Amino acid sequence: MKVSVEADKCVAAGQCVLLAPEVFDQREEDGVVVLLDETPEPQRHAAVRESAMVCPAAAIHLAES
Amino acid sequence: MNRAVIVGASAGGLATAEALRKAGFAGGITLIGDEPQLPYDRPPLSKQLLSGQWEPDRLALRPAADIEALGLDLRLGVRATGLDIERQVVTVADEVDVPYDALVVATGVRARRLPDTDGVAGVHSLRTLPDALALKERLRPGRRLVIVGAGFVGAEVAATASALGVQVTLLESGSVPLAAAVGEEVGRFMTGLLHEHGVAIRTGVAVAELTRAGGGATGVRLADGTVLPADDVLMAIGSVPNTEWLAGSGLTVQNGLVCDQYCAAADGVYGVGDIARWHNPRFGTDMRIEHRTNAAEQGMAVARAILGDLRPFTPVPYFWSDQCGVKFQAYGHLRDHDEALVLESDPAARQLLVAYRKADRLVGVLAAGISPKLLRAWRALIAAATPWSAALAITTV
Repeated sequence: MKVSVEADKCVAAGQCVLLAPEVFDQREEDGVVVLLDETPEPQRHAAVRESAMVCPAAAIHLAES
Repeated sequence: MNRAVIVGASAGGLATAEALRKAGFAGGITLIGDEPQLPYDRPPLSKQLLSGQWEPDRLALRPAADIEALGLDLRLGVRATGLDIERQVVTVADEVDVPYDALVVATGVRARRLPDTDGVAGVHSLRTLPDALALKERLRPGRRLVIVGAGFVGAEVAATASALGVQVTLLESGSVPLAAAVGEEVGRFMTGLLHEHGVAIRTGVAVAELTRAGGGATGVRLADGTVLPADDVLMAIGSVPNTEWLAGSGLTVQNGLVCDQYCAAADGVYGVGDIARWHNPRFGTDMRIEHRTNAAEQGMAVARAILGDLRPFTPVPYFWSDQCGVKFQAYGHLRDHDEALVLESDPAARQLLVAYRKADRLVGVLAAGISPKLLRAWRALIAAATPWSAALAITTV
């Protein structure tokens, strides 16, 4: 799995950080998403998929092999 | 369970379909939507689309290829007209009945309008992409826009239009905008921002009628007789659940589709998104939430329920609004609060923090201009049903 984010679409809701804190963080000042791990371990994939589904800006994209 | 039918192809309906597939459901999924476009996102309509920052193609909720990959029986531009829960079929306009094993009702809400304003040129709502494009076309320097309703959407449009050079007047029936929903201080704070942005606000006013000439609106007449001339009028007075197609189905409709804590309205019938009034045990109350994040979360919860994984749906509601360049964010159930306690209000620094109490418990928080990361600590306290005094002791040290 390869994760990418569109920072300029992000609305700083932080739903991804609640679900997958090892993979996503937020910038201190404006809450915009910071991608911590582009290629997360398989045990995190379910949470990352959920993050992409719930993101209210549709700003998380996954390429799954 | 072989065939899921989802009526409503916006954020909630699409999330349900996507979650069913991600969970491995290989049966048929019919997704019916009355708009002709592929599913698109609505929050940017009053923000990036109206301001011209984004073209409509950026609103797509998923790339067309991702939707294709879900293997849906996708019926766009198709309106559901009825439901028979005994025969388990959805009736649709001009097509044969659609049978289901599980049904998801996700038809959302539409913009409320003042009576007798449909089809009047220059009168706008803001709910759909065509609505937003029609309004955007009219926002030109020097034009006059009257916005009826100073809620979050009305205020977002007011600031955006003003920045485009439009003369904006925002009308509010209460003495302070937003007071009933989130408390007077939030309304005063927002009013200050809007004034800075050149928006005129008139509070405590009632609209008597539109003034018209030649089939178009020329302004708004207030109850006290004042006429506000306008080139365009935007109705931003809330929304109405799209439940008409459920009439006679036997489902309970009461300001939305009434559902239980699993979001079920009847055996095999579920509500998702703006239309669903379900019981949220975390707050011990029924709620109907018109927030973008709720649509997706509820769609995922309903997909689990359809596949037999029954867990009460207990989210901490969340919304955001961009007002004059300041991000407002809120967690919790704010609407029925007993107290809105202002912890910080600094208009010059554009910062605001308000906590909400219901009985003896913290039920919500709203912040403007405050780091979203900091707000997550508040969310945790709300999720844990923290007693009010304990929450204040933790958060004010």
